[in-house]
Amino acid sequence: MAEMTDAKHATGVLASEGPSEAAGRRDAGEASEEGGWDLAAIRAQFPILSREVNGHPLAYLDNAASSQQPLRVLNRVERYLREEHANVHRGVHQLSAEATEAYEGARRSVAAHAGTRDPAEIVFTRGTTEAVNLVASSWGDASMGAGDEIVLTKMEHHSNLVPWQLLAGRTGCKLRFVDVTPEGTLDLDDYDRLLEGRPRLVACTHVSNSLGTVNPVREIVDRAHAAGALTLIDGAQAAPHMLTDVAKLGCDFYAFSSHKMCGPTGVGALWARRELLEEMPPYQGGGEMISDVKLERSSWAKVPHKFEAGTPNISGVVGFGEAARFLADLGSEAIASHERALKRAVFERLDEIEGLRLYGPREGRTAVFSFTYGDIHPHDLSTILDQRGIAIRAGHHCNQPLMDHFGISSTARASFYFYNSPREIDVLCDGLAMAFEVFGGIA
Amino acid sequence: MIEPRPKTPSSSGHSATPGTIDREIPSSLNQLYQEVILDHYRKPRNKGQLDGATHAITMNNPLCGDVIELMLRVEGGSIAEARFLGRGCSISLASASMLTGRVRGKSLEQALELSRKFTHLLHGDGALLSDDDLGDLRTLAGVSKFPVRIKCALLAWNCLEELGDGTDPDGGSG
Repeated sequence: MAEMTDAKHATGVLASEGPSEAAGRRDAGEASEEGGWDLAAIRAQFPILSREVNGHPLAYLDNAASSQQPLRVLNRVERYLREEHANVHRGVHQLSAEATEAYEGARRSVAAHAGTRDPAEIVFTRGTTEAVNLVASSWGDASMGAGDEIVLTKMEHHSNLVPWQLLAGRTGCKLRFVDVTPEGTLDLDDYDRLLEGRPRLVACTHVSNSLGTVNPVREIVDRAHAAGALTLIDGAQAAPHMLTDVAKLGCDFYAFSSHKMCGPTGVGALWARRELLEEMPPYQGGGEMISDVKLERSSWAKVPHKFEAGTPNISGVVGFGEAARFLADLGSEAIASHERALKRAVFERLDEIEGLRLYGPREGRTAVFSFTYGDIHPHDLSTILDQRGIAIRAGHHCNQPLMDHFGISSTARASFYFYNSPREIDVLCDGLAMAFEVFGGIA
Repeated sequence: MIEPRPKTPSSSGHSATPGTIDREIPSSLNQLYQEVILDHYRKPRNKGQLDGATHAITMNNPLCGDVIELMLRVEGGSIAEARFLGRGCSISLASASMLTGRVRGKSLEQALELSRKFTHLLHGDGALLSDDDLGDLRTLAGVSKFPVRIKCALLAWNCLEELGDGTDPDGGSG
């Protein structure tokens, strides 16, 4: 998990798979806005970034919903499908062995990204949502009873809320919610009060998908453990921006998705401590997850295969693994540094715009910006910006309770990733000025 | 209240984006956000609780969080009054505001016929632009160029259709 900050080396790695595309070098003028980060070379790795939308260069600012995939990932998936595909863990023939090696190699890469030395602690799922559902079904059904408590927060994505509501419906357990401060951070005093109820589990997001708030996970985990609770961290919005170190975080479960970190959709991972996985009953039944099957009963395969029933999304997993290696080669410090610079610039520019209200904290946050602009509804903003090739998200961002908390029904959200350029901030501001004109001012 | 232009580079003539941005507003946007529509958005007609409503329903658009409650008072077979409550984008609120004006005096059946015509208009049936029955609603024809926004324009009309379906034209429960 060595962090690579040597940008020349990183660029070399970037170029090692697939030709760079000249079209992607449009932003070459601003390539070296900070020490050695060759933005043009990085953008050239993402073919989609050089397309036009509605006659304008695409400004893709919807990365919190899904990120784009670099040539390295696209090429790796294509090579797998062209040359290595067969079912995994089944046949003795050569292709099956190659497919299995590609699949298990990806598991090692994703394990490295999560910060575990034991790849068996990585269970591949369809994404963060399924990872949370896996824990709610497997661990939850086996562990929770009527009156037992789970502590969640008011800033959870629906994917870390609804599975627990379903569990509560099945078992009669109770859900409690940590309050959110007006700044958009967790109210840790309220959290302490809720821990007095001796919950069995604390499930909390690492980074808020709408506010960008980075939660103090280590603190949250330590307090939960002191109160005798296990912890599940939703890492969907964190894993793309930082190498996770589950040992440092100290949590028990960590869930994340491939498609928000430059990998394909339909695949994600649950990391869990091995002893927990070994104790937990299977999530789904089928092939792959069994050791011995009789007509009346079966025994289970070892972890992680016990939780991977049926033929998995092999090509997706292979792409996921390549995405993890891609991010590792870029280096999490280099990624963070570029994103910090973007964040500063966004604050500077958006702060200047009268009538624009930003949500979420000023510090301790990622480059996800939820905002409202006067009385222009976020959907109208999104439609107008789209005419300028700017992709933002408008709506409740699967965060309805949080929106209710702030007394709004929706926000516009511009979410940046390491391949976004300062120019795209200008384009966003220009689009906002156009929205102002279209609406004849704001009220 | 209209505030001064925002202090962005494009509006202040600052040079941060020299020559890269086409500042002209696309005609499709001007057609979508006509003054009449923005006026209905900012000064909605018939917005508020309707006392003595014979029909009422609340519908939402779960994808975006827009909510419209449509209330009708049907007397002697025709809609004596229509009011709405709710929150949403300019298109959904302007459409709801216009609906409440256009359906007054109509039977539920006639209102449903209007709803059908309006739906066709949004799907690009240009012949309806000369249909006076649609009145101001014709200004929403620009939505047809933005297929993802059609559901915004139809939210209040979905309420109307829900109320009209299976109720007897003289009123009754909605």
